[in-house]
Amino acid sequence: MTLSSPGKGEKIEAIDIPKDEPRGLRVKPITNGTVIDHIAGGQALNVLKILGISGTTDATVSVVMNVESSKLGKKDIVKVEDRELLEEELNRIALIAPNASINIIRDYKVIEKHTVDLPGEIVGVVRCQNPNCISNTIEPIKSRMLVKTRNPVLLRCLYCEQPLTDRIAEYLI
Amino acid sequence: MREFSREEIDSVLDLAASLEPYARGKKKSDIFAGKVLALLFFEPSTRTRMSFETAMKRLGGSVINLGPAEGSSISKGESLADTVRVIGGYADALVIRHPKEGSARLASQFSPVPVLNAGDGAGHHPTQTLLDLYTIKKESRLENLSIALVGDLKYGRTVHSLAYALSLYGADITLVSPPTLRMPDPIKADLFSKGTMVRETSDLGEVINNVDVLYMTRIQRERFPDPVEYKKVASSYRITPEFLAGSQSNLIIMHPLPRVDEIDPAVDSTVHARYFQQSFYGVPVRMALLKLLITGGD
Repeated sequence: MTLSSPGKGEKIEAIDIPKDEPRGLRVKPITNGTVIDHIAGGQALNVLKILGISGTTDATVSVVMNVESSKLGKKDIVKVEDRELLEEELNRIALIAPNASINIIRDYKVIEKHTVDLPGEIVGVVRCQNPNCISNTIEPIKSRMLVKTRNPVLLRCLYCEQPLTDRIAEYLI
Repeated sequence: MREFSREEIDSVLDLAASLEPYARGKKKSDIFAGKVLALLFFEPSTRTRMSFETAMKRLGGSVINLGPAEGSSISKGESLADTVRVIGGYADALVIRHPKEGSARLASQFSPVPVLNAGDGAGHHPTQTLLDLYTIKKESRLENLSIALVGDLKYGRTVHSLAYALSLYGADITLVSPPTLRMPDPIKADLFSKGTMVRETSDLGEVINNVDVLYMTRIQRERFPDPVEYKKVASSYRITPEFLAGSQSNLIIMHPLPRVDEIDPAVDSTVHARYFQQSFYGVPVRMALLKLLITGGD
């Protein structure tokens, strides 16, 4: 996994910043895999967490953080090589990056483009923030969050009905 | 209570009214003959547990109790899911009170028979809300009601559920509490979004002469680190006959009980006191709920 803060002038292997494009950034094309673009600035590591990608992964993963974006002000980009994300995985990304766009790449070509869309219920991904909720005990159940609004994301615990909105990343399982 | 429609609440209240003579012992019935209700109270309860028991027995049914948690499988570390699966096999319906929020919903997912929530932590206590609505309907009016909810509005689960339910009837709600015990913002936001008129104040004297119902709750001493501060707050929300001097003649005072000193016993004999009737109404309302769950309302 490689990390970069291009705004500070750093340059790393997987990222190519041409001298004639001072404000832009061009990510080196990948042969096969998934590119997740338009992640809100600073949320890329949480996207990796949602995808179950940790420091022990064998996959080639590139992360670009805090790039200027006309849509979002600052955005992050994540590239996962040789892995096509499943629709369910993509939609989980909407939890913390509701504006994200996803490109599935095969043989250097974009063969699918997606925007993310949260399902009505998220199971086993986000735990309830209420420490006294029955879902945070030994009971044989997974957390269940109902999606009340999508942008901004507002979740409500199916069990105790506690809402969760601006600190979702802290409660990712 | 959030999931109840007004029509569903009205049908429970109507059924409760038809069962009131049975709750008073003036009429006899054995519609629950051969039926067993299991009471799973993981927290202490007097009124709720005994009124469920009375409701079941007055209609010819019988009751089994979990008993003290220390002697049961719970102390051996059994999950609630397993407990309700096992006890659900012994009974026709379960009533559960548990210290964790969301426990009743979990129980309903695992129980083979219907589950009634008799209070889950700081979450909901829907049967209390229904008996509160029944009391208001019987002793005052539900439509266009002006009500003051007084006391601990932060932790008091009865007032949260009641406020949601009253929003279905277009109530004008005044929240009266010390600043540290105000109703949580998400609940107020929900009420606003339903178009409910909600006001907030710390001064009970401001509203006492302008409401139809005064709903008192207990302010718990343990919420205050400073005992002096507790005494100051508790005494400012104490109802006495003198305090009621300028109030409307049809004002009613309710309280989920037990009270400590927020209502002077001298108020009991005034025309305003309704808290003991309110406590009794728990029986016909719980009869109605059991009838709907056990016999499908037939």
